[in-house]
Amino acid sequence: MKLFAAAVMVLTLCSARAQGPAAEMGTMNPDSMPGADNGAGPESPDNRDSMNHGGGAGRLPMQGGTAPPDARDPHAWSDGYDFGTIPRPRFADEHNFAALLVDQLEYVRTNDDQSAAYDLQAWFGRDYDRAVFKAEGDYDSNKLQDARTELLWGHAVAVFWDTQLGIRHDSGEGRNRNWLAFGVQGLAPYWFEVEATGYLRGGNRAALRLDASYELLLTQKLILQPRIEANAYSKRDASRGLGDGLSDLVPGLRLRYEFRREIAPYIGVEWSRKFSDTKDFARAAGEDTSETRFVAGLRFLF
Amino acid sequence: MKTKRISPPLTTLPDPSRRRFVQGLAAGGAALGLSPLLGTARAQQAPGTITGMVPVLSGTEFDLTIAETAVNFTGKPRMATTVNGSIPSPILRWREGDTITLRVTNRMSVSTSIHWHGIILPTGMDGVPGVSFEGIAPGETFVYRFKVEQSGTYWYHSHSGFQEQTGMYGAIIIDPARGNRIRADRDYVVQLSDWTDEDPLRVLAKLKKMSDYYNFNQLTAGDFFRDVADSGLGNALGKRRMWNRMRMNPTDLADISAYTYTFLMNGTPPAGNWTALFKPGERVRLRFISSGTQSFFDVRIPGLKMTVVHVDGVDVEPVTVDEFRFGPGETCDVIVEPTDDRAWTIFAQAMDRTGYTRGTLAPRPGMEADVPAPDEPEWLTMADMMGNMGQGEMGGMQNMQGMGSMDHSSGGMVHSAHTMQGGMAMGAAAPVRVRHARTEYGPSVDMRVDTPRTNLDDPGVGLRNNGRRVLTYADLHTIGGPLDERGAEREIELHLTGNMERYTWSLDGLEFGKSSPVHFRHNERLRVILLNDTMMTHPMHLHGMWSEQETPEGEFLARRHTISVQPAQRISFLVTADALGRWAWHCHLLYHMDAGMFREVVVA
Repeated sequence: MKLFAAAVMVLTLCSARAQGPAAEMGTMNPDSMPGADNGAGPESPDNRDSMNHGGGAGRLPMQGGTAPPDARDPHAWSDGYDFGTIPRPRFADEHNFAALLVDQLEYVRTNDDQSAAYDLQAWFGRDYDRAVFKAEGDYDSNKLQDARTELLWGHAVAVFWDTQLGIRHDSGEGRNRNWLAFGVQGLAPYWFEVEATGYLRGGNRAALRLDASYELLLTQKLILQPRIEANAYSKRDASRGLGDGLSDLVPGLRLRYEFRREIAPYIGVEWSRKFSDTKDFARAAGEDTSETRFVAGLRFLF
Repeated sequence: MKTKRISPPLTTLPDPSRRRFVQGLAAGGAALGLSPLLGTARAQQAPGTITGMVPVLSGTEFDLTIAETAVNFTGKPRMATTVNGSIPSPILRWREGDTITLRVTNRMSVSTSIHWHGIILPTGMDGVPGVSFEGIAPGETFVYRFKVEQSGTYWYHSHSGFQEQTGMYGAIIIDPARGNRIRADRDYVVQLSDWTDEDPLRVLAKLKKMSDYYNFNQLTAGDFFRDVADSGLGNALGKRRMWNRMRMNPTDLADISAYTYTFLMNGTPPAGNWTALFKPGERVRLRFISSGTQSFFDVRIPGLKMTVVHVDGVDVEPVTVDEFRFGPGETCDVIVEPTDDRAWTIFAQAMDRTGYTRGTLAPRPGMEADVPAPDEPEWLTMADMMGNMGQGEMGGMQNMQGMGSMDHSSGGMVHSAHTMQGGMAMGAAAPVRVRHARTEYGPSVDMRVDTPRTNLDDPGVGLRNNGRRVLTYADLHTIGGPLDERGAEREIELHLTGNMERYTWSLDGLEFGKSSPVHFRHNERLRVILLNDTMMTHPMHLHGMWSEQETPEGEFLARRHTISVQPAQRISFLVTADALGRWAWHCHLLYHMDAGMFREVVVA
């Protein structure tokens, strides 16, 4: 339970972080802005920063935030007029789109084993509301070892952030588990892709998953992707070999070459570490508790 | 059979007052038609669609048939949407004062439409499906009939789906009822456009998945280390800091690049070398029409001065420049007077510098001049993000090394030396009050500008201090002043908004589907303020009524049908709301419009 509280706190922090950058730039009242009153700009640390670097570029454009009470009504110019009798046009904002990103589809080699792994995300829907499908798992000896599959409703809440609400299904070795899922996904300042999801299931069990990655362009097509994933659980689950607390931490680096945006072969390396009881479960099963994985695979975007 | 289709890649538009040149041009055209160069260009073209030289239709009765026909611009056969089987569509030549009838027949399996861009006409004739009429259903013939109340260079295009992207655009030339102020010995339409072999819907779907899909000019680790070597770690970090923190890309100059686009001049790719003939010493009028769906073009003729005489169908006080930029929807007529017996390249590079189209101005067919390389792309500057830097901060300019494109421009101080003489000094404009809509604080808007720049003497990113005299909006002065001497009785403010990461585009943070119409009161004189809260330039096109652009001080500048608003810029124009009915108002970047950057205007 302690861990659940911790998980909730981390999630809160994450969402605060999600709001944070927006808030730090956005909560200033436009009327206090120099455009409105020609006064000195707000002296937030951000603004001082930008002055140092921007040389006179004293005011950041605003992002996100909340509207001041006197913000303009976007419907005010209509004077109550509505669309006419001809059915109005329907543009892309009222159409559905879809995407599938198979970020990892790879062959994994450790010093004593070979396996295969996948990690993908797909969505279907509109600009601000969409169905999101996430799946991650690995195969060893032609058997699904550990798979996480999620179906979520993604809803845009801030400039760069969506909330996600749905279900998660764990399968593979051990007993299958189903969770309720709630999280955020988006782009943090400095272009970090972040996913933070909390999970709940019966018996007051909670889990937390964090995933962060970055795209470092060595050239326009050669891209290095550092990524880190962490999982934590509030209670032991012997059937799935999970202890409570932080169960695993996997930082990795993948170097891909985008022949096209749609297809990019890559090579990479991951360092996987298991912790506490999860580590003991692994040791008891005769598995490595920490290992270096060399990977080679293909990344797809459809 | 094939030779029949071989027509010269040359549009001859003899000035009626100079009929002698009609024959001269016809002869020249015939000669060109036989040139081997043309043969090559044509050989690539699939049978079915005329490109390069399109028919000129004139009179008061027109029959236009819209169909899908085959084209091949890149080596891959594709289907295009054409009017009477040509790209561009036929040039329509009207006469001011005539009542014209255009019977438009749809021979496709999907609905279509033709919008007469910039033409003042009754709302039912404007050709916007869902606003002015229901569209032209498959198999149906729609009859447009209206009186031509104006003269000049205009154009027409489909307003349905992405048919404009797939080839449906053509020129309209309206001869004035009383004598042409602009005298020229030769007269050519130069219509610029962008072509993709991809299905435009797929292009949009790609942008929705990955908004920088087509941008291969992104910042790399190599660029970073180069900057470190050039200016030190602190400056290299500083230069990127704001962009990275805001998750904005300073190289986001165009959503769609030459990765998929082939840029065309009169329906001819650069290799086809569309050619216009002249005799040394002649005055040549080039009627440039910006018909790219998603591309701004920077146009110049290296070695030749161009005198801009007519913009958006309206005569302007002549201004001589080396180069001008125009966005989708805008038109710009120039006079050139080549005196030497040599060829000149008409060069039009895309704003993101990934590609260009070109043609040749030559005394004889088959000639070519040097084709310049596109300029190096520049970063957007802090001025493009933040607008006016406010007063009393000029001293800070010396510290601009940290910011983008310092080497090429003065950063936020966007006035290039040669335009400073335009009279509007930095910071001269009074600070303006900015009122964002409450819907600009959500996920649909990725930035808001609180200190917009209002000066109009900035040619825009990539053209600042390039050593050439570049046209700016401050240079444009419509001859004869405004149509309506009244001052503004009312003001409305609309913000151009979007979220680049999500690839959503809107006005006041609302895509069209969430919007309500904008009401103009019948016969009022209205000031419209447009503020660009994005880092892209948006050509805003108001249908049915003129947009009379003014200086920040409220002095009349030019009568326009399409006004490009630069990043973080605030512009204003006056409208006389004399056109009863419903009208479209939108960004003329087609993919922005289709994403929802569109409003309906009700004049009532």
